[in-house]
Amino acid sequence: MGSRGSEPAIGPAHENTLPASVTAAVKIVVVGGFGVGKTTLVGSVSEIRPLRTEETMTEASVGVDDVRGVEQKGATTVAMDFGRISINEELVLYLFGTPGQQRFWFLWTGLFEGALGAVVLVDTRRLEASFDVIGRLEDGGVPFIVAVNVFPDSPTHPLDEVRAALDLPAAVPIVACDARSRASSRDTLLALMRYLYWLSTRSAAPVAACAATE
Amino acid sequence: MRPPPVNDASSAWAQGGPERLYVITGGRSASGRRADLDLVTLVVTRAMARPEMQPEHAAILRMCDYPLSMAEITAYLRLPFSVVAVLVSDLLRDSFVEVRAAVRAGGTSDPELLKAVMYGLQRL
Ligand SMILES: Nc1nc2c(ncn2[C@@H]2O[C@H](COP(=O)(O)OP(=O)(O)OP(=O)(O)O)[C@@H](O)[C@H]2O)c(=O)[nH]1
Ligand SMILES: [Mg+2]
Repeated sequence: MGSRGSEPAIGPAHENTLPASVTAAVKIVVVGGFGVGKTTLVGSVSEIRPLRTEETMTEASVGVDDVRGVEQKGATTVAMDFGRISINEELVLYLFGTPGQQRFWFLWTGLFEGALGAVVLVDTRRLEASFDVIGRLEDGGVPFIVAVNVFPDSPTHPLDEVRAALDLPAAVPIVACDARSRASSRDTLLALMRYLYWLSTRSAAPVAACAATE
Repeated sequence: MRPPPVNDASSAWAQGGPERLYVITGGRSASGRRADLDLVTLVVTRAMARPEMQPEHAAILRMCDYPLSMAEITAYLRLPFSVVAVLVSDLLRDSFVEVRAAVRAGGTSDPELLKAVMYGLQRL
């Protein structure tokens, strides 16, 4: 019996509010083909049930092949699921599950540019769906790792084979993941973070080397 | 096992095609929108809603008692990001809200920030 007053209570339930002390937010993008487990991964680690954000898209930017999840008349909308992890009293991390098609990416300004990095979730039964995504992240200079979401009927490929099939640069980590598991999903995000940390200290290294006296 | 995405907005808010969106923003689009608003920009209310306010403005002020991301506001209001960006820009202009800018990062982010995120994730 929800009361339908003039002021519907819209917003987070009390337990889903952030503390007033939070001053900054960062984001990680989970990107992959349809049904690869993006929402599942986000939901496994999120402190809130995944929410959905939408953006409208003009017809001009909608390709004829993109029928799934896209309304067909007038302004069309594209949705992204997201979750949230409080890192500490000041910092909060948001995780966005994003479809693999490039035309979706431009809808949300700064989605990738402003992100710490990306997890490319792949399904070994449909590896080819990942080629485009990986190529575009490389072109855009977005740091990423690859996570192979293991489904029960997936053929078991050694990660090295998947790496070779995807033609991944040697430095890019590739991990196996069960998106339904909180621990496995967390470890996937940690693998990305370690890689980003390595990148950040590595790029500082030449400067440090110049300054070094030892 | 998949948790279905939830939206807690009442159904009245969930309706509406392009016409409704046009009405909500008064037909403004990019012109009325601050360019620096990101999906993870945090919005915090600074002044109480006024009775004469547009309902969407008032709803944002009520839900941003505590910091809330643009993404969460769009989810609860069930409005597209671009529409919410216009609404939040209005509120910013009139000092009803303040925003805490998203940390923009890239491949060479601040190692201290990255470490903080790592520690946070390890506690999960
Ligand atoms: N066995 C197994 N099933 C999974 C795994 N991850 C996801 N699934 C299932 O695969 C289906 C699709 O997962 P989603 O998380 O909805 O995938 P998605 O990438 O968000 O899909 P779209 O948003 O529709 O593109 C769901 O039925 C999940 O329960 C996994 O690691 N193992
Ligand atoms: Mg999904």
